[in-house]
Amino acid sequence: MFYRENGQFKTSYRADQQILPILQDRIAMVLLLLVAFIAVPVLSSDYLMRAILIPFLIFSLAAIGVNVLVGYCGQITLGSGAFMAVGAYGAYNFFVRMPGMPLVVALILGGVCAMLFGILFGLPSLRVRGLYLAVATLAAQFFSDWMFLRITWFTMDTPSGSVAVSNLQVFGLPLQSSISKYLFCLSIVVLIALLVKNLVRGAIGREWMAIRDMDVAAAVIGIRPMYAKLSAFAVSSFIIGVAGALWAFVYLGAWEPSAFSVDYSFRLLFMVIIGGLGSIMGSFFGAAFIVILPIALNQFLPFVAGLLGISITTTAVSHAELIVFGGLIVWFLIVEPHGLARLWAIGKQKMRLWPFPH
Amino acid sequence: MAFFLETLLGGLMVGMLYSLVALGFVLIFKASGVFNFAQGAMVLFAALAMARLAQWIPEWTGIESKVLANLAAFVLAGALMFVIAWLIERLVLRHLVNQEGATLLMATLGIAYFLDGIGQTIFGSNVYKLDIGMPKEPIFVFESVFPGGILINREDLIAAAIATALVAMLSLFFQKTSTGRALRAVADDHQAAQSIGIPLNRIWVIVWCVAGVVALVAGMIWGSKLGVQFSLATVALRALPVVILGGLTSVPGAIIGGLVIGAGEKLSEVYLGPYVGGGIEIWFAYVLALVFLLFRPQGMFGEKIIDRV
Repeated sequence: MFYRENGQFKTSYRADQQILPILQDRIAMVLLLLVAFIAVPVLSSDYLMRAILIPFLIFSLAAIGVNVLVGYCGQITLGSGAFMAVGAYGAYNFFVRMPGMPLVVALILGGVCAMLFGILFGLPSLRVRGLYLAVATLAAQFFSDWMFLRITWFTMDTPSGSVAVSNLQVFGLPLQSSISKYLFCLSIVVLIALLVKNLVRGAIGREWMAIRDMDVAAAVIGIRPMYAKLSAFAVSSFIIGVAGALWAFVYLGAWEPSAFSVDYSFRLLFMVIIGGLGSIMGSFFGAAFIVILPIALNQFLPFVAGLLGISITTTAVSHAELIVFGGLIVWFLIVEPHGLARLWAIGKQKMRLWPFPH
Repeated sequence: MAFFLETLLGGLMVGMLYSLVALGFVLIFKASGVFNFAQGAMVLFAALAMARLAQWIPEWTGIESKVLANLAAFVLAGALMFVIAWLIERLVLRHLVNQEGATLLMATLGIAYFLDGIGQTIFGSNVYKLDIGMPKEPIFVFESVFPGGILINREDLIAAAIATALVAMLSLFFQKTSTGRALRAVADDHQAAQSIGIPLNRIWVIVWCVAGVVALVAGMIWGSKLGVQFSLATVALRALPVVILGGLTSVPGAIIGGLVIGAGEKLSEVYLGPYVGGGIEIWFAYVLALVFLLFRPQGMFGEKIIDRV
């Protein structure tokens, strides 16, 4: 009843091409941003912010990055954990080696490092595609694992490659409390999400989608595959690199190379597929699902066991977590292979017709 | 020279074991187009089942003989792999027919998590010893040619022999039996196979069973070599470059790819490793496969990829 586009006429091409063409969508988006920027920091507890919201935001950012590559350009990658690691260690090196380096600039430079690394490991995509490419990108993962462990220059010669950052400041304001960290991450996520949204609806985004749908046909109509694929790798790994740097600086504080294992690559791909390929909104849904699920299971399983009167050990809980996590993912892929974004679209369609179903 | 040969032989024998894991990937990919990331989890699960059953069966039944207990454990673990194969087909694959490759890949990753969890819940998560009576002491060969001869690990030699026998049996199965022929038909063209009356679902169950048995053998050998523990699941990640090097659709490719990767890995570690700080064998295999793919995108023996608009 309330969600209709009736009566909202567009008189110019620009107005028709808005990101949110319907008034109700704009209102909803403003409300969402208000909630995220004002209501959430006021209402939520320190634990909620630190353990759930900040990881959620950072992984949403990384998932957006993966979605650019996998969802929009169709290049499956299993090397995203490596891009995160390169972003984190790149930012760390700039931050520590150059005194007075502002945090934001260090993050961006970390992203640039990840971008260069991504372009390098994106080169095989020009020859190889599909599952071969997925396996080939694992090379990036193992290479970065090795690089940060063995080449001690990157980690300032610390043993086992573990490093730490402290005294984070943004524009002179200290980044200590959970609220300030949350707001910092949120601002970056909103900014980059808007940027990506604009990229994918522009010329370059359409090139990526053409490559995704059929690269030979795209090449025939004059899209340069090399430029399109490598630019997708560059944009994607830049975003993932920034997310990795944020994860290390803001969430972890101190980390070692194993913090960015191949498991992260798998989880990021899960987020994108469960959220919905080729959807910015879906990246947020997917990240929420994958970040919150283990935490929820961790809380929920001992509770269930308590109800049944069984005492279970922490290892049993972690195994049960794996079982439920794996089972849910399979179930979810069977029920909705197009991801949560598709459910969202169906819900919206229902809303337009409501309360008259025909 | 003797040292070089020794390294090369060691590498080749490890490579044989890689190809055993790689074989599991290839079998399933050929028949159902699924890139089975759960192969590593299956290896772990099978090895865990085998190790624990070999320990439990004497306790339950009082069988004294080690050989008998191992044999019974092997058969039971094999039966367990059959059940798992059937369940995977029934509960997962059947519902995901005609989905994209990436979705199927993710589904098998989900299965991998599931198997990791359930295997360790049932069989425990400690490091278990799996003693299948493989001789540990090394032997020396070619003592007349080189001073001191070449050291060869007896265990590796037997493992390589088992792997070779398994591969030979599989190729006989694929070439000579009617089921094998049906499998090849399905691998060639799903629809055509279906139209001449080959039941796709049954074929998939069979393929997953065969992959399960291959996983069991691989798990047994790796398990007796390294001990049965969680890290066995990562053996699959070591075998992935083998698969893409050899080609996703080629059984001989898996074998030869395994040998190339195994030898390349060891030689690079020994001759190149010291200059860059060691530990390069994992990514070196991937880079080797990657460089090869740049020249032949379908791998060594994979089917030629033909682009049509």
